[in-house]
Amino acid sequence: MSVTATATVALAATHHHPSLAAVETRGFLSPTGVEIAFLLVGLVTFGAAIVTVTTRQLVHAALWLVVALGGLAVEYLLLTAEFIAWVQVLIYVGSVVVLLLFGLMLTRAPIGRSPDADSGNRWAALTVAVAAAAALVWVVVDAFRATWIDLDGPAAGSTKITGESLFQNWVLPFEALSVLLLAALVGAIVLSRKANQEPDERKTPTAATGTTPATGPTLATAPATAPPAADATVPKPAPAPAEEPAPAEEPSPADAPAAPAAAAAPDPSEGGLR
Amino acid sequence: MHLAYPVVLSALLFCTGLYGVLARRNAILVLMSVELMLNAVNLNLVAFDVWLSKATEETLHSGQALTLFTITIAAAEIGIGLAIVLAVHRNRGTADIDKLRDTAERPERSEKAEASA
Amino acid sequence: MTTTTLAVLVPLLPFLGAAAGLLLGRTAPGFVRPLAVLPTLTAFALAVLVAVRQGGDSPVVASTRLTPTGSVPIDLALYIDGFAALVAVVVGLVATCVQIYSTGYLRDDPRYPSYAALVSLFTSAMLLVVYSGDLMVLLVGWEIMGICSYFLVGHYWETPEARAASLKAFLVTKLGDVPFLIGLFALASDAGSFRITRILDTVTDGGLDHPTLIALLLLAGVAGKSAQFPLHTWLPDAMAGPTPVSALIHAATMVAAGVYFIARLLPVFAASSAALVVLAVMAAVTMAGSALAALAQDDIKRVLAYSTIGQLGYMTGALAVGDRGAAVFHLISHGAFKALLFLAAGVIIHAAGTNSLAAMSRMSNLRARVPDAYWTMTVALLALAAIPPFSGFFSKESVLGAAETAAEGHAEHIPGAAGWTVLVAGLLTALLTAAYAARLWLRTFRGQGDEAPDHGRQPLSMTVVLWVLAIPSLALGGLAYGTLPDWFDGDDLAPTLTTSVLGTGLALTGGLVTYAAWRYTTALARTPLGAVAAHPEADAATVEAEAIASHAPAYGDVASAPDPTDPSRVLLGPLHRHAAVGFHLDAVYETLFVRPVQAGARLVRFLDREVVDTYVRGAGALPRLLGAAVRRAQTGNVQTYVSALLAGTVVLVVAALLVATGA
Repeated sequence: MSVTATATVALAATHHHPSLAAVETRGFLSPTGVEIAFLLVGLVTFGAAIVTVTTRQLVHAALWLVVALGGLAVEYLLLTAEFIAWVQVLIYVGSVVVLLLFGLMLTRAPIGRSPDADSGNRWAALTVAVAAAAALVWVVVDAFRATWIDLDGPAAGSTKITGESLFQNWVLPFEALSVLLLAALVGAIVLSRKANQEPDERKTPTAATGTTPATGPTLATAPATAPPAADATVPKPAPAPAEEPAPAEEPSPADAPAAPAAAAAPDPSEGGLR
Repeated sequence: MHLAYPVVLSALLFCTGLYGVLARRNAILVLMSVELMLNAVNLNLVAFDVWLSKATEETLHSGQALTLFTITIAAAEIGIGLAIVLAVHRNRGTADIDKLRDTAERPERSEKAEASA
Repeated sequence: MTTTTLAVLVPLLPFLGAAAGLLLGRTAPGFVRPLAVLPTLTAFALAVLVAVRQGGDSPVVASTRLTPTGSVPIDLALYIDGFAALVAVVVGLVATCVQIYSTGYLRDDPRYPSYAALVSLFTSAMLLVVYSGDLMVLLVGWEIMGICSYFLVGHYWETPEARAASLKAFLVTKLGDVPFLIGLFALASDAGSFRITRILDTVTDGGLDHPTLIALLLLAGVAGKSAQFPLHTWLPDAMAGPTPVSALIHAATMVAAGVYFIARLLPVFAASSAALVVLAVMAAVTMAGSALAALAQDDIKRVLAYSTIGQLGYMTGALAVGDRGAAVFHLISHGAFKALLFLAAGVIIHAAGTNSLAAMSRMSNLRARVPDAYWTMTVALLALAAIPPFSGFFSKESVLGAAETAAEGHAEHIPGAAGWTVLVAGLLTALLTAAYAARLWLRTFRGQGDEAPDHGRQPLSMTVVLWVLAIPSLALGGLAYGTLPDWFDGDDLAPTLTTSVLGTGLALTGGLVTYAAWRYTTALARTPLGAVAAHPEADAATVEAEAIASHAPAYGDVASAPDPTDPSRVLLGPLHRHAAVGFHLDAVYETLFVRPVQAGARLVRFLDREVVDTYVRGAGALPRLLGAAVRRAQTGNVQTYVSALLAGTVVLVVAALLVATGA
């Protein structure tokens, strides 16, 4: 019910603004192909997101999240931000969702429908969400009812353009971010190691490579998926750049899911999972 | 393309994620909802960046750079968040947010109520 | 050192000793006794030196003004004339004796350090009163004495008698101090200064606008401090304190302060003949009534307490007839023999294990147990009864002589009525004084019955001071009456023939009649009676505290005992019953003041608890309700908190938007 309500608001909003903007040469009544594609993919994305936050099957929620995030990647492509789109696919669809699935398994989430997936706070949450959606949609539509994106010409987000911008104008934040990732890496290790497990500290470096599945901290390598992602923004992908926070790691993003998979194995609950 | 399309979609996705954060019981589902909210913001950033880079000849591409940073930070966040959830699960035997009520007015009574529920 | 420096050191040394004693009492117990005795002893020596240097010549005056205070200036001033110098010597002597005596008397008392420090402070305050040349500074010492007496009388605070007595002493003296303070202000505003010299000059010039009012207000404070009728009731009850404290209060310090104050400001009082008549009547009632009450008391210390009141009545009587030389002469000799009486009584109480005369009269051979106390107390009682040639005779005769002079109309400005009142009351009191002194002596040392218990010899520190004090009791009067006028105003203090014969004859009559009555009553059947302290072997202070605590349970009253062999029953007849309770003055006060005050207190308590508190509780109810409601929101569920937060955010955003768009 909440879904339809939100959708109704959204549709009302989208129906509203083009009539006011009809004086422009580009009207709502004559949508371009890109717009139609965007709208359709957007509907799919929104629907997948709705299902993600409402389904009672926890694993399905993660899979629907893949659909929603993938849909967003398509939207990025439609907005000519190609590089962002591929990063989205690699990081989110490739690693984050896999991490989430492992998290679900490690916390022994039930397979199948679980009746108590939503807390008692549902109706309050629905009210707040619908009110927030109405307010936001109202504001943005009111503000941008006569604004158009010019998608013609060269792509605004090609890899070349993005890379030049990133390493000409954004180098310092980029490096600061690598420090943050290092901190996150250490933090995850500290959080997940057991206090009485002495060998953990010695075996942490080898665990990060994923070559010894039987050892290593539970989720110590979870942030390790991020440095490859940042790394992947560099046009030359193969060698590991020296400034990365975890230089010992395998740089290939494709291997990232394997690392947590192997590292997560020695969790106390592994017997129940396998 | 009309700017309202991506912006409205972004707003709707954000509120969907908001609902999930407020309504989901499992902590990992809450993390998923947070991811949704972050992605909605990313979409916003990209859309505005593409618009401004054409409309005002802006060359910084700050929107896209920020999007990349957000994605990175989101990855770190999901790692730390899952580590916390797993630590909680190991200590408490549950990942349900509404069972973690140590800050309640009377912890004993609320825990009893939860145990009986 | 100059005389001024010495005089400053006299009050300062005991004060420093008190401060040091309070500070070191717990940490360095070995220093407590030297710190108690040595400063007081030094102050006594310095006081003697000051007196020798002053020598009865023109007063030593020194002053310094610390800071301007506005209208009437307050100076740190010294004014040492012959009166001040000699009274300070007596104060120093008695205080030294008391301190030495206390080291033995409170040998095992755990609170001895604070006790000794308070005695030192008390001494210091009295010396300040004596030497001060400024009324405000005098008032400081005056009030310090009040609070010290509160603490010292309540030294045995485990007993309810001592607690009640200390409170009573404090409240009654404060009752007098309030008008006293107002009187001081009135006096200072009339004279334009608190300096005694300036005030006396003003009085000489006739500059006082309201002499009667000021004199009466000041009299109230003096009556409270010097235990004059009708504010004397605290003094007999103050016997619940340790005996050395009683000696200090009665002989030299607290009660002497009032008499000394009038003596200092006598011209102010003499300026109003009405005040003098009031003073005379007050003195007469005080001395006659207290002598009757003393005759009926059973507690040995209460006998002495009433006798103090009576002797103070002599002093105020002398002041009422305008002869301050006689008053201070009697104050000095009384200080010596009354201190001796109390200290000897402490020894006797320790030896007998009881403070009851009825119990002592059933012990034979008590005098052999305490020979020092026996001989010195005999001397002191003879001095008290004014038998020649003991010192009390000369001082009392000087008072009676002054009264006779005034009665015959030879004194200037003094009403003859005041003289007659004092003279008649004084002669009557001489008779009664000899009677109760004889009764005290006979019943204490001439008891018949079981052998008195033997606890061994008394401590040396307690017996030596008795002999020290016995010397002035014996010889002071005869040696001094010729030279003292040089120190005082110059009036002759020698006994006159008429009053000497009359007074001595009456005293001998009183003693002989009492002896006859005692012979008669001792022949009666003797009912066993008596209670002694539970731990007669303990130190003297413990024995005394137990004796005081056991008197009321054993005899039904703190003051009297149902003893048919008491000669005072024969002498007083039906009056005995009233005299034993101090002529029901306490009961009158109970009805007039205590009960209305308590009723008012109950009313206030009711108003506070039932009326004011109702509003307070009512005011608390609404916040409590709100708090309970808000507390329900504290569920511990983070999602609830975030929901509320975001809902609020949305509302604010919408509101802000509506305002921004002007909707």
